Amino acid sequence: MPNQRSLIAVGVALVIYLIVLPALLADKPYFLGVLTTASVLSVIAAGVWLTFFIGRINIGQGAFALVGGYAAAILMTKLGFSFWIAMPLAGLTAALVSIVIGIPILRLRGVYFAMISLSLTETARLSAQSFRSVTEGAKGIVNIPLPGAVEIFGFTLIPDFSTVDKHLAFYFLAAILLIATFAAMYRLVNSRIGWLFKSLQQNEELASSVGVDIARLRVIAYAISSFLGGIGGAFFVAAQQSVYPASFQIQDSIYFMLYTFLGGLGYVFGPIVGTFVLFLSFEFLHGLNEYQPLIYSIIMIALMLWLPNGLLSIRLPGWGLGTKANPERARGA
Amino acid sequence: MEQVIINGIYSGMQYALIALGLTLIFALMGVLNFAHGQMYVLGGFVTYYVYGVMGLPFVVGLAATAATLALVGVFFEFVIFRRVLKLSVREESTMLVAAGGALFLESLVLIIFGEKHRGVPSVISGVWKVGDAYMPYGRLLVVAMSALLIGGFILFMQYTRQGRALRALAQDREAAQIQGVNVDNYSMLGFAIGATLAGLAGGLLVSISGVNSGLGTWISIKAFIMVMIGGAGVVPGAIIGGFILGMLESVGYTVLPGGETYLVIFVALIAFLAIRPQGLMGKPWG
Repeated sequence: MPNQRSLIAVGVALVIYLIVLPALLADKPYFLGVLTTASVLSVIAAGVWLTFFIGRINIGQGAFALVGGYAAAILMTKLGFSFWIAMPLAGLTAALVSIVIGIPILRLRGVYFAMISLSLTETARLSAQSFRSVTEGAKGIVNIPLPGAVEIFGFTLIPDFSTVDKHLAFYFLAAILLIATFAAMYRLVNSRIGWLFKSLQQNEELASSVGVDIARLRVIAYAISSFLGGIGGAFFVAAQQSVYPASFQIQDSIYFMLYTFLGGLGYVFGPIVGTFVLFLSFEFLHGLNEYQPLIYSIIMIALMLWLPNGLLSIRLPGWGLGTKANPERARGA
Repeated sequence: MEQVIINGIYSGMQYALIALGLTLIFALMGVLNFAHGQMYVLGGFVTYYVYGVMGLPFVVGLAATAATLALVGVFFEFVIFRRVLKLSVREESTMLVAAGGALFLESLVLIIFGEKHRGVPSVISGVWKVGDAYMPYGRLLVVAMSALLIGGFILFMQYTRQGRALRALAQDREAAQIQGVNVDNYSMLGFAIGATLAGLAGGLLVSISGVNSGLGTWISIKAFIMVMIGGAGVVPGAIIGGFILGMLESVGYTVLPGGETYLVIFVALIAFLAIRPQGLMGKPWG
């Protein structure tokens, strides 16, 4: 169980995230947009983190974000689904695709899995370009409607995004996605199945020899991971109201991996820290024009040289924000 | 038909050169060098600058490329990988710095050489025609030089003291150290050779297909495909993988339009790896 101090820390962070930040930035759509993007990117990165948790280096999350994005776009424009149904369906579609692909490729390990997952993003892009009848090819799917209202018995649960400040609306949607994802993630890694996942990371043969169904577990983990990718992809498609084969590229897949790495692979909340630090610093370096990626890459290399196990490996005394995804610790506390 | 096969051999030879460097670095240090494609691009630009802009002979351009890339390789190993390999708890951290290094090199090349696609005039002109196939002398020269480099590399690895030390290092790092191999120096040498091979491939190809700063990631992916086909960390595997990819590409571009060639290659690759996860010649879980 988390101790009292980390509960307070999480509480303070939530108040800042849900009340203080939106109140301060309500009339600054640019900064609100940056935070919104960072939030959803951390949701997608959480999926990557889970594949790392079972010991697979995943550089293919962009593929599943693209699958989710296209699924949502097609459901909304061609089949007339509401965004609120299309988003979970997009996640499920991505999960389904990942199960089909995952059964063969999850047998691979180490760099082999890393390399094939990297190729997946390119495969997704080429598929989106080639199957023109469904995906409109390179033109992409545009004019996707904003999320509509959700009403129950005449009571408006969620307002139509076109009638309210859409930047603020997307910010809260992103915030809710982030909180739900990481709450679920924390619960997952500290549950029985989480321990089993952990056993895959440590030694698959040993886990298998004591009766763990490793083939099924790694497909489950990969499906959850891709589900998050699909949800994130659907969000971005709705926020940008368009999707193209190049919406999620190899660069994005590599960034998702970097976000996860930078936060620290041993920490459930690592993806949040990694994504916010890297993405925000990328935005702040925007004024440096052509030197931006250069400086960004130097920061990245320097961080890895001095903090090779992630940002959360800095131990601030007393603040247990970096809750370690470690069964022994969870049991002992 | 002859043309398709000959094109396949052209590309295969050059691809083999690219994959060799990647597989060497992987075998020695367990590092997947993401920056490999960017090293290729840098090599292309150095040759372009020395041969195309300054007007010096092509061979001088290649020598300058080899020297530059050897330095880049030494820099990568000494400044970046050595420290991270020693410090990190999980080996995957090297992938992050490798990806960071790729971004670093790519933005550096973009700042120095700009974003235009650059090419150089063919080194020698004329075409050799056999049956229905056309073989420009410029391409034949590039293929011959690639073959020479690959052959030289294999001889170096097989018959020199340094080559033996590198192979020992690839087999078992600790055992090599016990036998008195200076692990740090040889890792640096291996990294320099790997980077040089990538750069020379870029330098040779700039006379045929040109080079631009955004090419790197795509070259890396191609190199990964070859290594996956042949097996990671195995020299003959890299060469075979290079030729298989070159041939597939050549046939694919003839029978399929544009981007679908690689879609088919990727799907076939996934199916192939499902049957043989370690590639044609790789050690399981190498």
